[in-house]
Amino acid sequence: MEVGCPSLHRRPLSQGEKGVGAWIVRIDRWTGWVLGTALLLALPVFTVFVTALQPAGEVWRHLADTVLTDYVFNSITLMLGVGAGTLLIGVPAAWLTATCEFPGRRGFEWALLLPMAIPAYIIAYTYTGLLDFAGPVQMLLRELFGWTRQDYAFPEIRSLPGAVLMLTLVLYPYVYLLARAAFLEQSAAMLEVSRSLGAGSWRRFLTVTLPLARPALIAGVSLVQMEALADYGVVQYFGVSTFTTGIFRVWFGMNDATAAAQLAALSLLFVFALLTFERLSRRQARFHHTGQRVQRPPRLALHGRWRGLATATCLIPLLFGFLIPAGQLSVWAWRTASHRVDDHFVDLAAHSLLLAGGAALLILLLALLLGYGQRLRPRSVVRLAVRGAGLGYAVPGTVIAIGVMLPFAALDRSVDHWVRAGFGMSTGLLLSGTLFALLFAYCTRFLPVALHSVEAGLGRIRPSMDDAARALGSRPRGVLWRVHVPILRGSLLTALLLVFVDVLKELPATLILRPFNFNTLAVRTYELASDERLADSATFALAIVLAGIGPVILLSRAISQARPGHDPLS
Amino acid sequence: MSNATKSPLLLSIFGLLCIALSAPALASGEVNIYSARKEDLIKPLLDDFSKQTGITVNLVTGKEEALLQRLQSEGANTPADLLLTSDAGRLAAAQQAGVLQAVKSDALDNAIPAAYRDPAGYWYGLSLRARPIIYAKDRVKPAELSTYEDLAAPKWKGKICLRSSDSVYNQSLVAGMIAHDGEAKTEVWAKGLVANFARPPKGGDRDQIKSVAAGECDLTLANTYYLGSMVNSSDEAEKQAAAKVAVFWPNAQTTGVHVNVSGAGVTAHARNRDPAVKLLEFLASDAAQRWYADVNNEYPVNPAIAPSATLKSWGEFKVDTLNVAKLGELNAAAVKLMDRAGWK
Repeated sequence: MEVGCPSLHRRPLSQGEKGVGAWIVRIDRWTGWVLGTALLLALPVFTVFVTALQPAGEVWRHLADTVLTDYVFNSITLMLGVGAGTLLIGVPAAWLTATCEFPGRRGFEWALLLPMAIPAYIIAYTYTGLLDFAGPVQMLLRELFGWTRQDYAFPEIRSLPGAVLMLTLVLYPYVYLLARAAFLEQSAAMLEVSRSLGAGSWRRFLTVTLPLARPALIAGVSLVQMEALADYGVVQYFGVSTFTTGIFRVWFGMNDATAAAQLAALSLLFVFALLTFERLSRRQARFHHTGQRVQRPPRLALHGRWRGLATATCLIPLLFGFLIPAGQLSVWAWRTASHRVDDHFVDLAAHSLLLAGGAALLILLLALLLGYGQRLRPRSVVRLAVRGAGLGYAVPGTVIAIGVMLPFAALDRSVDHWVRAGFGMSTGLLLSGTLFALLFAYCTRFLPVALHSVEAGLGRIRPSMDDAARALGSRPRGVLWRVHVPILRGSLLTALLLVFVDVLKELPATLILRPFNFNTLAVRTYELASDERLADSATFALAIVLAGIGPVILLSRAISQARPGHDPLS
Repeated sequence: MSNATKSPLLLSIFGLLCIALSAPALASGEVNIYSARKEDLIKPLLDDFSKQTGITVNLVTGKEEALLQRLQSEGANTPADLLLTSDAGRLAAAQQAGVLQAVKSDALDNAIPAAYRDPAGYWYGLSLRARPIIYAKDRVKPAELSTYEDLAAPKWKGKICLRSSDSVYNQSLVAGMIAHDGEAKTEVWAKGLVANFARPPKGGDRDQIKSVAAGECDLTLANTYYLGSMVNSSDEAEKQAAAKVAVFWPNAQTTGVHVNVSGAGVTAHARNRDPAVKLLEFLASDAAQRWYADVNNEYPVNPAIAPSATLKSWGEFKVDTLNVAKLGELNAAAVKLMDRAGWK
């Protein structure tokens, strides 16, 4: 680790990137691109804030008198609980699979990612089906022991702790993935230095390994917390009032869009605080490799009960996060698949895969542009714009979707109006109700996922690399393409995988913005599940999981081979 | 070409492609629908319609609020010809927002009683969704039950399971209570009801019925089609649960059973107005009405259609004749009232 000498920051502008405007900020080409892209992507969130600026009715007094404290308390508990839970599961599992050798390690490496392919509300439905008072587990207990309702206490799954548990089980892979990539990129040299200085293995873990991985851990946890804050399906089904359920209640139940936007803005303040904390916590330190060659540290072979413990540590999250819910889904699907799989099934799967693949590539490019632009031009205005573009992940999908819909419809209307006036013909809807609008919404919502990964990766590349490449005559684009991208392969693949699976599961924006006759696996799953036909929805939910598994395995292998300075795929 | 210039170019090419591929067709012989009814509960009917008339039907499903928002923001350019919802309050809201137009049709007026359609023809009801009391046969005698109002009585303490007040079904029910009993009286009622809860509200309608069957509580309020689909389920456990409960039709002597209406209206800027009306007429026709009853256990709006065997087994009941548009008007008041009563 070297303490930052931000040599980049003081580099004078070179030819070809001279400013085209110089009022307050010097706007050169890179700054322009980054600012423009970031502002465009921040449009939906901006729309929400603008709506929030109007004066609201007396709904706020009502909320303050009745349910607001519930919203705040439950939302904070959910964020903190899910953050702590995912760290507790993700970090040990990542460290074990990255640095130790124990039975099943190779399988666990990728299998531990599987829970992320299960939509959160689906795992909530399956566990409720199993653990509810009317479910098979409690039914069995009552039959076995002849109990009635008053005779025993069973933890209630549909509660705030239950919601924390459900979200932890499907979200820990984010922490695991980023932490594992970070552990893998740590060089043997550093650990050897600490060992030669007499540090024991625990001490090494706590004082070297963990602090070095901190940017990745924080990136993972803040993603997870943003996702938890934006969750609607689980909390709504479990009857836990949070900001998200509140937004919908105020908006549709009380028909007050302004107050709903204000609630959304208020919950965004939480996220802003979270992100600021993240920035502050790593402001002092920089985390890049300084060694010329990075060597893979030898795996620590575990023996005796440590082996068992390591296997158990990895098996438990896999069991509860994937095997049990997927098993239940399979049982349901077995019963209903015969009349659920028809010609349309192929269409659904194709739509899902195309959308997820296209969006993932697009978002990766944008994240690379913004992340690298930020590295080239670390000005506060650039940083602020990129932060703004990154808020979308914490906003419930429906709110984002409407934030996309309103400006797009306004644009369509003005183009239509203008063309009518000028040429006497109507252009109708150009953007609204097209896949373009949908992809735009995905970009807004999932850019932060890719951005976190790209930024964490870029943060580990020392600036002298850039300087060396520039000194050898490469232009910034060339540095990105020929130096950073090859080094970053692992981080880029991680970003690609995360966004792919997220889009595969995405529901609310897809539901609102999709064109006519265009369905996806997630839409079908939701339609049946929300009609309380879980067994019927299982085939489609399982298809989402299956579609996610292939890329998960492929990319997990690529990441485990990725090393700084090496080509991971060769 | 380098990456920095490539990505915006790619973006715009991709965008144009998307537009070209997905622009909604606006030729004649088509109807475009925004539907809050789930695809499974409408598509078979639409396919029949296409087969009979040769008119292509294009469908987007979604939540009604979101569809209404989409319709509003698209304005005069909207491709949608018909808005289908599963809640009459939302139809009234759509009418107030100015996104529907009035249509006249003798076929519709003949098939649908006046109570279930807008007087001017802005929207038409297509099926009825009743929300009666569902009770455990072995622990509750029907004679003990009487009205919705009675559920707040202390004798039901710890015996009632209900769904969250986030559910639009409960919001509509309370809105109906406000219309009949006034806000003050309804609030006292809601507080008494909350005091009788066996557990905090959670889960969907089916979950409430299962809780009653399993003995967690003695009674609940649920829409009948959920019970209907449990009765006819392929899952043995669901069938057994459904066998342990029965339907009680409350308020027989007073206001009648709370009923919501699913329906549809032609949009204000419909480009395919005539095919849209034709489709409405088809949905109100005998065959389609029978389908609602047989497949989804909803009550047909057309009184001439005989209900399915499952519906018949629950007996007849008095329907609340309150104008369904009123439910939409009072929805906000109902939500706030439930907040004050502590109904989570």
